[in-house]
Amino acid sequence: MERTAVLGRLSWRFATVLEVTAETDQTHSIVLDAPDWPGHLAGQHVDVRLTADDGYQAQRSYSIASAPSDEQLVLTVERLDDGEVSPYLVDELRAGDRIELRGPVGGYFVWRPTDAVPALLVAGGSGIVPFRAMLREHGAAMSAAPIRLLYSARTFDQVIYREELLRLAARDGIDVSITLTRAQPAGWHGYTGRVDTALLRQVSWPPEEHPAVYVCGPTGFVEATANALVGLGHDPGRIRTERFGGTS
Amino acid sequence: MVTRGFHGRRRAEVDPARVPPGQYVTRDFPVLSAGPTPRRLAADWTFTIRGAVDEPVVWSFYELRALPATTITTDIHCVTKWSKLDTQWRGVSLDTLLADIDTSADYALAFSDGGYTTNLPLADLTGGQAMIAYEYEGEPLTPEHGGPARLLVPHLYFWKSAKWVRGIELRDDDQPGFWENYGYHNYGDPWKEQRYSGD
Ligand SMILES: Cc1cc2nc3c(=O)[nH]c(=O)nc-3n(C[C@H](O)[C@H](O)[C@H](O)COP(=O)(O)OP(=O)(O)OC[C@H]3O[C@@H](n4cnc5c(N)ncnc54)[C@H](O)[C@@H]3O)c2cc1C
Repeated sequence: MERTAVLGRLSWRFATVLEVTAETDQTHSIVLDAPDWPGHLAGQHVDVRLTADDGYQAQRSYSIASAPSDEQLVLTVERLDDGEVSPYLVDELRAGDRIELRGPVGGYFVWRPTDAVPALLVAGGSGIVPFRAMLREHGAAMSAAPIRLLYSARTFDQVIYREELLRLAARDGIDVSITLTRAQPAGWHGYTGRVDTALLRQVSWPPEEHPAVYVCGPTGFVEATANALVGLGHDPGRIRTERFGGTS
Repeated sequence: MVTRGFHGRRRAEVDPARVPPGQYVTRDFPVLSAGPTPRRLAADWTFTIRGAVDEPVVWSFYELRALPATTITTDIHCVTKWSKLDTQWRGVSLDTLLADIDTSADYALAFSDGGYTTNLPLADLTGGQAMIAYEYEGEPLTPEHGGPARLLVPHLYFWKSAKWVRGIELRDDDQPGFWENYGYHNYGDPWKEQRYSGD
């Protein structure tokens, strides 16, 4: 196996918040200035560390939403109302604040522009974040590998990166399918209902094409989706998963 | 340096002495794995000790179940930051499985269904520190959490407690496993916060 990860010590570094933008009412993107950022691969994440004035610290992992070739490092965080860290990042953090981070972390759930095979990306909720990095990287590198994205969100208003995804969908080689599980706006012509075997059969590459498959989102979503893909005949060894926690 | 406006939401009922640095206590049992959950029936499961031994030794699930079992209550710590206190496991101590095995090896590489591997010093698997667990909280271990059986080495980060474990390879040299090859720490002591290579 190749040794992909950065092997030096991953030290904590300060990053300054340049801008916070609302993606949805629950989800904000945080644009960071991270001096001497060593670079990353699309799909990797960072660890974020916050320190209270009595010295208490909390750490969480967040996928990198920006492509390696983007100028700034971007994280996209969904607020879990009763959570410890995400409400702070979404509601409190503002331009000029400094947070500590280290990374990039994780060398398995990554997509490289040199990957020539078709890829299937299946996202639930904030699980779209690492895929945004992959899709941006795909565009920046003018990759010829065809990509299909299937994205499950509760409502149209909760579709993160909505405008960007609609733009991407118009590009050659990228197919974007969105399914709305709770409610659909009038005239919605995307999919409805949860990701299941029937929808996956319709949207995904056939297993015979040996696509690289990535599944990301809440634990329950990832479990169900990965099981359904295996059931459809996809090679379990080609299905990479990233579980964000939570069970919804 | 203090993060402006961050106060934290410590859970009052938790004894901080039981929570390693950078960890937080959860009541859920989150799942972390690199791919889909393999589903193997206990009847098709075996556990093998191979490598630096005269002859590989193999147990079926039923043979494993027939060995003297131990129940432990312990805290577990995942590198993705959650810790879970007072988890109860039942299984067979590695001391029992290794008792009749004569080896010069210093290292072990655990291997699992799905191709997962993880490496540990053999010394960390003995002395009552590790078991092959097949029950969690009095119930058979579910596939999501590594059933039919998983390795349990609670003093190291939980990725060392290989789910769906099928055996260990005893080795003279230390061969990095799956996550260890992707930049995670080779040893993984949560109390020293050895998350990533170089920590
Ligand atoms: C590799 C990786 C990448 C990730 N990428 C992203 C990303 O890009 N974007 C994103 O938004 N998230 C991401 N996550 C999830 C993120 O790390 C956090 O888990 C998430 O933001 C919630 O953190 P929190 O501190 O707000 O909630 P927490 O305080 O951790 O709580 C999480 C949930 O558990 C419950 N809970 C916690 N402790 C207890 C307790 N003692 N008793 C009862 N209930 C409890 C809370 O009610 C809450 O619903 C990622 C996770 C991983 C592992």
